[in-house]
Amino acid sequence: MKARVFVTLKNGVLDPQGKAIHHALEGLGFGGVNDVRAGKLIELDLAEGTSDADIEAMCSKLLANTVIENFKIEKVA
Amino acid sequence: MKSAVIVFPGSNCDRDMAVAIEQASGTKPIMLWHRETEIPDGVDLIAVPGGFSYGDYLRSGAMASRSPVMAAVKAAAERGVFVLGVCNGFQVLTETGLLPGALMRNAGIHFVCRDVALTVENSQSAFTSLYEKGEQVVFPVAHHDGNYFADTATLDRIEGEGRVAFRYAEAVNGSARDIAGILNEGGNVLGMMPHPERAVEPAHGNVDGARMFKGLVEGLMASA
Repeated sequence: MKARVFVTLKNGVLDPQGKAIHHALEGLGFGGVNDVRAGKLIELDLAEGTSDADIEAMCSKLLANTVIENFKIEKVA
Repeated sequence: MKSAVIVFPGSNCDRDMAVAIEQASGTKPIMLWHRETEIPDGVDLIAVPGGFSYGDYLRSGAMASRSPVMAAVKAAAERGVFVLGVCNGFQVLTETGLLPGALMRNAGIHFVCRDVALTVENSQSAFTSLYEKGEQVVFPVAHHDGNYFADTATLDRIEGEGRVAFRYAEAVNGSARDIAGILNEGGNVLGMMPHPERAVEPAHGNVDGARMFKGLVEGLMASA
């Protein structure tokens, strides 16, 4: 069983990396990009039966810093 | 006085920190590897040094803050042992939860490595007793993730409680309210991005940091 954890900066938290990517896209001539936010994707290969609560705990204890980041868990069959 | 410097894989200011503490106290600190699970008896100052612990993987300080030794540092801090975290050490202390907020990528994206002017905001703490409130000092900074962030309520609270120890006197990294260093509620934990240990002898070009170590050591020896 696999889970994908998406870690993103909370709304309102400045994202300098997103801004740099945005500038680079504009530099390549891509217009129409309003904003860019960068985040992380972490793939977990888990033992069958790992509980949702355990995955949540992994996210809140280590994978995301909930002072500045949100996380979203997507389970993959 | 007994002190310890924590060493993680990727620490690189641990020896500078040890030299600064030894210069002030006359005693070599114990160098404590990240796998240790206990702080030796009688240690009254623990320094968490700068560097790139665990390669800054995941987030700066994230892996180090979950290492065995940090559980012991946290317990010691809760008992009132003094803890000084500099640069990566500050990041580790926020990730551990000993200090509020988080340190994010510098607003200007670039790594910043230069001397910066700081204003001493609190001269009542054990770390800053030899400085004057409002005094300007110059410490070197060298970091990529020094942009201090906390929500408005937290910022208001730490400001109100006099827990901002140092503020940047110039634009450096986009930190909220120009915060460069903060204290915990008990006043026994200080985290700061600038490096006092790199400004302790004339050969460094500046000795503004020496008073931090001298004040700390004098305070600890007086209370021992």
